[in-house]
Amino acid sequence: MTTELQPLHGNQACALAAVAAGCRFFAGYPITPSSEIAEHMSHELPRVGGVFVQMEDEIGSLAACIGASFGGAKAMTATSGPGFSLMQENLGYAAMTETPCVIVNVMRGGPSTGMPTRPAQGDLMQARWGTHGDHPIIVLTPASVQEIYTETTRAFALSERFRVPVVVLYDQVVAQLLESIEVPPAEQSVAADRPWAAAGNGFQPYAETESLVPPMVRPGEGLRVHTTGLTHAPTGFPTQAPPVADRALKRLLEKIEKHRDVIDKSDAYRCEDAEIVIVACGITARAARRAVATLREEGVKAGLFRPLTMWPFPERAFRAATANARRVLVPELNAGQLILEVERLTAGRRPVAGLNRVDGEPLAPRQISDRVKELARHD
Amino acid sequence: MTEPLAFDIREYLRLELMPHFMCPGCGHGIALRALLWAVHELGIAKDKLAVVSGIGCSGRVGAYIDANTYHTTHGRPLAFATGLALARPDLKVVVITGDGDCLAIGGNHLLHACRRNLDLTCLMFNNEVYGMTGGQVSPTTSATRLTTTTPTGNAEPVFDACRIAEAAGASFVGREVTRQVPALKNLIKSAMSHVGFSFVEVISDCTEIYGRKNDLGEAPEMILHQKADMRPEAFGNVADQPFRPNRLTTGILSQHDLPEYGETYRARAALLRSGEK
Repeated sequence: MTTELQPLHGNQACALAAVAAGCRFFAGYPITPSSEIAEHMSHELPRVGGVFVQMEDEIGSLAACIGASFGGAKAMTATSGPGFSLMQENLGYAAMTETPCVIVNVMRGGPSTGMPTRPAQGDLMQARWGTHGDHPIIVLTPASVQEIYTETTRAFALSERFRVPVVVLYDQVVAQLLESIEVPPAEQSVAADRPWAAAGNGFQPYAETESLVPPMVRPGEGLRVHTTGLTHAPTGFPTQAPPVADRALKRLLEKIEKHRDVIDKSDAYRCEDAEIVIVACGITARAARRAVATLREEGVKAGLFRPLTMWPFPERAFRAATANARRVLVPELNAGQLILEVERLTAGRRPVAGLNRVDGEPLAPRQISDRVKELARHD
Repeated sequence: MTEPLAFDIREYLRLELMPHFMCPGCGHGIALRALLWAVHELGIAKDKLAVVSGIGCSGRVGAYIDANTYHTTHGRPLAFATGLALARPDLKVVVITGDGDCLAIGGNHLLHACRRNLDLTCLMFNNEVYGMTGGQVSPTTSATRLTTTTPTGNAEPVFDACRIAEAAGASFVGREVTRQVPALKNLIKSAMSHVGFSFVEVISDCTEIYGRKNDLGEAPEMILHQKADMRPEAFGNVADQPFRPNRLTTGILSQHDLPEYGETYRARAALLRSGEK
């Protein structure tokens, strides 16, 4: 099978990747700069026997996706900051009920209505902690049109396998870039279904299993179970018994930790001998990569660590990439969010500096390389 | 033609969850019985029945049904049900919601579910109050009634849910009281047999919180009041002072043969696919 080179916009690549992964249900609400995803899905899904529906708001959009996923469909919605805020309650419901779904958040300037047509990376922490209560979630941060394609298909694979909501998080620039990408052969993109339950005596929908991911019940096939956002026992019915509630929440969190080898993904560029490691994602990571190349030509030992799985943060790979670094620099299009996680993991072992831009413009490679050189003067 | 077996509610309940959580005299249990009776008479297999509910007293009722039951988020069951019904047209999807769940926090979803006309049945249990949270005023609390958030009596006008549903385009709208169980069962049967979005308001009583606070009597007295409230012509002399001043009519209030959304979508998609071959 040969791969095909295709010029695609980021949001278009997202929609095509979702369909290739097996997405057969999309519910959404128009919002800049993500609307193209809904438009493409409305065009593609009826052609493959799927369903597109434009809902009355983003709350209903994610609710409809979760409802379709109850029925067995791979489902996705796409939005931007204001809509992502509205989705938070149902996002927590998907995490609690272990209902697979993919949520694309194309980041624009915030807070509030902010700058709808401008890039930002201000939702990094919201994507991790936006819904109330401790909860499992996976967040992926592609940096190119190619990666939007591959990470969207990976989002479906992870969401189905671990029965967890997965957020695909990228900025307005990457969303609307036009780049030629290699579209992988269809069979490589299809995401395997979630584990399905088979009818049997004494079946419990949330029983402990080796993988910590219980098989899901497909309605209409003999098992009739209850699904609730209330804390529930392995039977699926609500409980407030302290030991049962304790285990119910801890299993949700442990099912992600247990599978970090599959979930973690990052890219380290020239970090082996790097004295300064830049940590960045999305469009900022691309500027940083250019900065690293320029700095290397000038004899500055710089490297780039780029999380593709942002949450859970790929800490093992991060520690390896920064093992020999004197300093860490975190450029980002917000007032300082990713830097908090980097500081937590660095734990004072080496200085961590930030470079922040919140004016609706992406960081330029020159700004990053200048900041690196400025920091290097202190060494 | 063979007669269906006699209705035995225990065949449709998750008996392991008994006793249920409802207060003595609560109308929601009667509404649940009417729904299950309707399901029985329609011959719907429990495997093919999906019950989607929201949050509140009404939201907790679904768990007792031996079917595919989904207890979702506050105000959103219609949106969840929209996704489920579109993805699985082979399932019979019923939404159980309350007056707060459906008309306040979920009002927007109600309007658009009515407009979209997807094949769903929405049962709104109207007890005029937020019971689960302790008895606060709701969009259907009658004028002057005392609740924990209307200490001087409710001064807000009420919603007429059925008129809203009809105006928003619901192709089937009906109302019945929990006092009239066979009539309620028949109305739910008609609603579930209707192709398209059907909305049924079930007038239910909150005895322990709303009734007690407003000195409306014990459960039997409250349910007798329903006669006066709902059928003033026939039962006007039973109660001197109906506690729901807006005398509401019952039965099928409107029914229209309109294109069902899921069917229309699938037909157009099939045309699209055949045109591209």
